Amino acid sequence: MARIDKDTTSAIVAKFGGKPELLVQIMATIVNRFGWVPEDTIRQLATELNLSRADVHGVVEYYHDFRTEEPGKHIIKICQAEACQAMGSKALTDYAEKTLAMSMHDTENDITLEPVYCLGNCACSPAIMANGKTFGRVDEKRFNAIMDDLRGKA
Amino acid sequence: MSRTKIYVPRETAAVSVGADEVALAIAQTAKKSGIDIELIRNGSWGASFLEPLVEVEVDGTRIAYGNVAAADVAAMFAADLVNGGAHERCLGPTMEIPYLVNQDRWTFSRCGLINPLSLPDFELHQGFQALTKAFADGSEAVLQTVADSGLRGRGGAGFPTGIKWRTVADAVGEQKYITCNADEGDSGTFSDRILMEGDPLGLIEGMAIAGFAVAASKGYIYLRSEYPLTHSILSRAIDTAREAGWLGDDIQGSGFSFDIELHIGAGSYVCGEETAMLESLEGKKGIVRFKPPLPAHEGLFGKPTVVNNVVTLASVANIINLGGERYAGMGVNRSKGTLAFQLAGNIKRGGLVEKSFGVTLRELIEDWGGGTATGRPVKAVQVGGPLGAYIPASQFDTPMDYEAFTGIGAMIGHGGIVVFDDNADMAELARFAMEFCAIESCGKCTPCRIGSTRGVEVIDKMISGQNCDENYDLLVDLCDTMEDASLCAMGGMTPYPVRSVLNHFAEDFASSEEPKNE
Ligand SMILES: Cc1cc2nc3c(=O)[nH]c(=O)nc-3n(C[C@H](O)[C@H](O)[C@H](O)COP(=O)(O)O)c2cc1C
Ligand code: SF4
Ligand code: FES
Repeated sequence: MARIDKDTTSAIVAKFGGKPELLVQIMATIVNRFGWVPEDTIRQLATELNLSRADVHGVVEYYHDFRTEEPGKHIIKICQAEACQAMGSKALTDYAEKTLAMSMHDTENDITLEPVYCLGNCACSPAIMANGKTFGRVDEKRFNAIMDDLRGKA
Repeated sequence: MSRTKIYVPRETAAVSVGADEVALAIAQTAKKSGIDIELIRNGSWGASFLEPLVEVEVDGTRIAYGNVAAADVAAMFAADLVNGGAHERCLGPTMEIPYLVNQDRWTFSRCGLINPLSLPDFELHQGFQALTKAFADGSEAVLQTVADSGLRGRGGAGFPTGIKWRTVADAVGEQKYITCNADEGDSGTFSDRILMEGDPLGLIEGMAIAGFAVAASKGYIYLRSEYPLTHSILSRAIDTAREAGWLGDDIQGSGFSFDIELHIGAGSYVCGEETAMLESLEGKKGIVRFKPPLPAHEGLFGKPTVVNNVVTLASVANIINLGGERYAGMGVNRSKGTLAFQLAGNIKRGGLVEKSFGVTLRELIEDWGGGTATGRPVKAVQVGGPLGAYIPASQFDTPMDYEAFTGIGAMIGHGGIVVFDDNADMAELARFAMEFCAIESCGKCTPCRIGSTRGVEVIDKMISGQNCDENYDLLVDLCDTMEDASLCAMGGMTPYPVRSVLNHFAEDFASSEEPKNE
């Protein structure tokens, strides 16, 4: 993922008409495209939207989606909510941590591993999201296949 | 000869288990074999356990093939798929699949049936007839019909929709808003998603009817970020409606103007609470507001605002088409009409079942669901999302009725039913309820913010067998405080799952070997 630059930030702000009430939408667009919001972007958003830096910081901190640290190239979210728990999401999470040699919330070797609370795929649980795509009925074998696919080893 | 129609859902659950790969394989195989097909990406019928569910239309009848993998496609063509040929995946006519036959499809009547992004297909199946009728009958008639239907909010709280709309209609103000709550954060729920992916124009029509009824010219949809495919389908549907003059200025020459803006959430569960959602729609942190004022009086940007769930809004069109009495004629007691129940978790036949209220939990779990996926006995089901109680098998004959559920200390909520087998550790699930509250609390009130963290600690002690009786009392006190002193149901109802575990599964707290109390 490229790092967001000043001009791109301005262009996104402009796309949303420079409206401060669209801060959450602007931020979501940035995180969707670049994975995170760097501190200088927060400052720039405050200036361009005429908001206090504290306000923008508050919004960034409030929402789980708004990362303030650069994620890996691949973002893997494993659902931890009840329906997936009923189908072994805890064991799947342990397996993922073990095979990827990392813990939840960490970034290692181009991979960021995160919890998510329901992907709306609860009839095909356990579910994960890999780089924005939802997968269902994920067992260990399927998890490995998804990871191989992402790493282009297929 | 006309081209054979083959349907492969473009819906999150189906795609999550390979529907895109199946669609690709079908297109390629047909091309290679010189067979002219029309590949339609429909929504889902809701029988998620059969996804990817492929259908082929033969002489006007759709023949279904369940759990199709891309690797099956060549053999299916060899077995004369285009003529509905026999194959081990073949389930016979879609309309005869037992799971689908016994439903009462009111709100989800077009899901699976139509191409969700085809306006002609939508219109061929009553699409925009209700809005047209609303224009002809006038807003007063719409308000009356919705009130007559007895429709209650499907987002969880079950508030009568007719009263809500009437309040906004009566509120004074130049600018009013319709906001659609598509945050669908409850675990075990996906009915909003299936509706938006399978019949997005149906939601748009419902919102326009609401706008017309209360004289609001602008609508917002607040869609959770966990639904990227839904976002793509819904935004295309909004564009389609706008291009065809079903959104925008002076809709179809009616003099009524209405447009919709699609907003995306950012991973906060509390933003499904209506006032937190309004804050988020205003670009702020999703902190819950004090009520009053009600959103109906001072909602989005301080203006009179309708907040309704996706399914609530999408149910209205058929209420206008078929009459409020027709809808009120289904269901039981004060729970009128149908609900889209969602069977999830450890269940053999998971998916969506739209059924009149009054059906029992047991019928849903056993007749539709077929018991657990693991084949083990059902230990508990959580109904109504993370704030809903865990219900033991002894209460499975409870009819689906808002008040009957309140009567057993439970709630129907958004209709999610999450099944657990006898391997479930109920103490862990009680702990999770508190932990989830601690993670998601908006932080405004202490009992919710601090109480949930304390709750996790206390449960941890109980699980490890420390002073169980003392900690039990502490946990009950904590639940009382959270229930009494929280501003919204996040803190106020997290005690429901916790208490239900204490009441019905207390034995799970006593760790096997350790003595209960020294
Ligand atoms: C913590 C919390 C989360 C909620 N999440 C949702 C949600 O995701 N979707 C929803 O429609 N309603 C949700 N609600 C209920 C809404 O506050 C509100 O009652 C509903 O959107 C009103 O629409 P309805 O009358 O059509 O149900 C939630 C409530 C609380 C307290
Ligand atoms: S109960 Fe919890 S989520 Fe609700 S307002 Fe209070 S702190 Fe916020
Ligand atoms: S609980 Fe995991 S997808 Fe819903």
